[in-house]
Amino acid sequence: MSAIITEIESPQIQNGGLAKTTWGIDSRFIAPILITLILLVGQWSFGILESYPQTLTAIAVCICAEIVLSYMIIGKFPHLASAYISGISAGILIRSPEFWPFALCGAIAITSKYVLRVKDRHLWNPTNFAVSFMLFTAPFAVASLSIQWGNNLYAMMVIWLLGSIIIYKLGRFHITLTYVCAFLLFSLLRSGFTGDSFLAEVAPITGPMYQLFIFFMITDPKTTVRSSKKHQMIVVFFVAFAEAILRLAEVVHAPYYALFIVGPIANLIDIYWLSAQTQPEAAA
Amino acid sequence: MKNIGRILVFVLFLALLAVPFVIRRFDRVETRSVARSEALDRYGFHFEEVGKSAGVNFQHSSPKLDPKISHILPIIASMGAGVSITDFNRDGWNDIYLTNSGENSLNAFYRNNKDGTFTDIAGDLGIADINRTETGVSMGAVWGDHNNDGFEDLLVYKWGRTELYRSEQGRQFVRVEEANLPAWANINTAIWLDYDRDGLLDIFLGGYFREDLNLWQLQDTAIMPESFEYAQNGGRKYLFRNLGNNSFEDVTSKVGIDSNRWALAAGAADLNGDGFTDLFVANDYAVSELYFNKGGERFEEVGTQTGVGFSPKSGMNVAFGDVLNNGSLSMYVSNISEEGILLQGNNLWMPKLGTKGADLKYENQANNFGVELGGWSWGSQFGDLNNDGYQDIFLTNGYISAERNQSYWYDYSKVTVGHNQIIGDAANWPALDGRSLAGFQQKRVWLNDGSGRFNEVALAVGVKESFDGRAVAMADLWNRGVLDVVVANQNGPALIYKNISSGTNNWIGFDLSSANSSPIGAQVTVNWNGQKQVQVIGGGIGFCSQNQRRLHFGLGRKNQVDSVEIVWPSGNRLNFADIEINTVHAIPENQK
Repeated sequence: MSAIITEIESPQIQNGGLAKTTWGIDSRFIAPILITLILLVGQWSFGILESYPQTLTAIAVCICAEIVLSYMIIGKFPHLASAYISGISAGILIRSPEFWPFALCGAIAITSKYVLRVKDRHLWNPTNFAVSFMLFTAPFAVASLSIQWGNNLYAMMVIWLLGSIIIYKLGRFHITLTYVCAFLLFSLLRSGFTGDSFLAEVAPITGPMYQLFIFFMITDPKTTVRSSKKHQMIVVFFVAFAEAILRLAEVVHAPYYALFIVGPIANLIDIYWLSAQTQPEAAA
Repeated sequence: MKNIGRILVFVLFLALLAVPFVIRRFDRVETRSVARSEALDRYGFHFEEVGKSAGVNFQHSSPKLDPKISHILPIIASMGAGVSITDFNRDGWNDIYLTNSGENSLNAFYRNNKDGTFTDIAGDLGIADINRTETGVSMGAVWGDHNNDGFEDLLVYKWGRTELYRSEQGRQFVRVEEANLPAWANINTAIWLDYDRDGLLDIFLGGYFREDLNLWQLQDTAIMPESFEYAQNGGRKYLFRNLGNNSFEDVTSKVGIDSNRWALAAGAADLNGDGFTDLFVANDYAVSELYFNKGGERFEEVGTQTGVGFSPKSGMNVAFGDVLNNGSLSMYVSNISEEGILLQGNNLWMPKLGTKGADLKYENQANNFGVELGGWSWGSQFGDLNNDGYQDIFLTNGYISAERNQSYWYDYSKVTVGHNQIIGDAANWPALDGRSLAGFQQKRVWLNDGSGRFNEVALAVGVKESFDGRAVAMADLWNRGVLDVVVANQNGPALIYKNISSGTNNWIGFDLSSANSSPIGAQVTVNWNGQKQVQVIGGGIGFCSQNQRRLHFGLGRKNQVDSVEIVWPSGNRLNFADIEINTVHAIPENQK
């Protein structure tokens, strides 16, 4: 989820330092603004956070880690939007009565960006990696299912609408759309398999946590394949497929784990095979 | 330089990944059974479960309800095991009333035989056979003297007809048909309180399912909460003012109470010190509500203002306790916690330092005090279990214990995050098919160390049963100067934990009475050893439960009480000193 804005850094560099803009705003700030709005509206309307200090802890740790690690590895002051989003995402997605999981999740997310790399590319979405790791290794202190914002149709519509527009402007809507379609298809299949109603299988995607997953996490430009839009759609289809398998195995955190599994495999294929093929063609 | 940096970052990454494993290894609290002698030596008491040997052979059963919801029946018919303590015949010994919920099942009323045993006399008194499809089944019961004749009357709240039984001098109970209580509502909490200080006990009722639903004859299956944490489609709340002629007037709207959250527990006490009883309601699928009483004329909901109205959870219980012996009441609200899936955590709402009166604010200190994670928590009560001078907590838990290795958690988590059109319709909920949901859970006994920390000792003090607990009540059942604990289990036996004390600590008890009114709502503050502890007489507190009427204070090793202050519901105050310890003092309101 953390790096949706980092996509914008590439054209910026290519264009000689000119920042790409969306609606006249530096595009790097679009995602942070959106997620901040979601957080504040959710908190003011429904009190979605356990407490502000826990979320602020995650944000502060992410930003500090980004600054320190960037200096250590790259030797320059980083743009902090990505770290901010990682922090705020951890603050929303992780639910815990303790403080340390928020700090640890943020620290792992940022550190993973600098460690888990192949040919200078991320393998995992940092927040997905950290959240999955925390859910898997620290279930005694961490959960993800808990607070929703309201199950309210209007709140949901606003987030869906805003998210869709922004994702469309950032050129990633095809990923979101593919995932949603695949999820619905697999819901139908799961319903036939389990005997549970179709609506029961569809239920999770109507929840707010999925909105964050769909709009921010699976669309992360740094951790999705780059060879073509078609390949991105195939990858996200396989994320939905892996999730469906995990759901049949009654894995509660299926979406996180599905992306955790499929994401790096797809990236490795992209790095070593697909991009290697398409780059010479593009050059030609 | 950059290579060194990369190596350091890699090492740091590995270290971060190791943190959860290290914490799990070193932060896990070992709870294990120990010998009674060791428990007595270490904690000053030990529990012995004596239900059956004491003659309490009660077994709770759940209703069957409409076949349309049979696929998730254990989820819906998951309540009704209630317990309330009273001294119905004024013999100075506590008796136990237990509610049942199966169609045609019998409630039980165990009279204290004063010899360590109990006898069920509910049938003889006419308060046993009251669970019928036509009139509904019991969810709980609370005792209060509504007509000030000196004998406790019985209010049974049901999924069905709310029923008030008048005590005929403790010899028989007769239903008060003219009471004007709801002919049909799905009530899950009720308390007695005198909100207007007129000397007559009034009644608060909290609805769970909508009152227009007859769960045996459903029109459709759209009966579930519209949201897991923001639901407002539950039953309404009622406040009935006692008119003094065996009838009650519905003043809910008049006093400004308007809520359709799914109420599961209520408690009343003067929290802001203005002399009038305030009201706290713990709601399932939503935030809790706190109503400040404005002069006995109206209630103002101040949940958001005071801080208890944020972070919606699954409120199952509320109990009042003076956690730090500073003369102020905290509220303990139980919620749901399941490793890796749902960590709502219980709430310990403590008054924020420097706030009081109308500006009172609360902070959740459950995590800091170590009483946050209690599984799928239900009833809990404060009480000084080892007489060390600090209020401890007994908490029961567990939702559905069925097939031990088959869990419903995945399906539960799947449907409860869904949109209200999905979660709200029982037809969309996957069938339970004999699976468990948060079943077989270990109960919690948290001992208050007096310095801001509670330590869990349940297994060590002999609480090892893992039935699906619901209601908890504390009482000195054998007049020994210790608090025993009664636990009502859903589809399980009633348990009586007899408190075996080391006898090293002192205590004092107060049994208040008033000629023309009930002492419910009275507050007693005991000052000793440079500290003061306040307790309030409740007309029902916790999940479907009611503690003994008398108030019990542990004093630790101190053998002297400096002073005692009693604030009666009427506003009258009584202060006295030089009072004997290790005994129960019967104090009438007009005592000089």
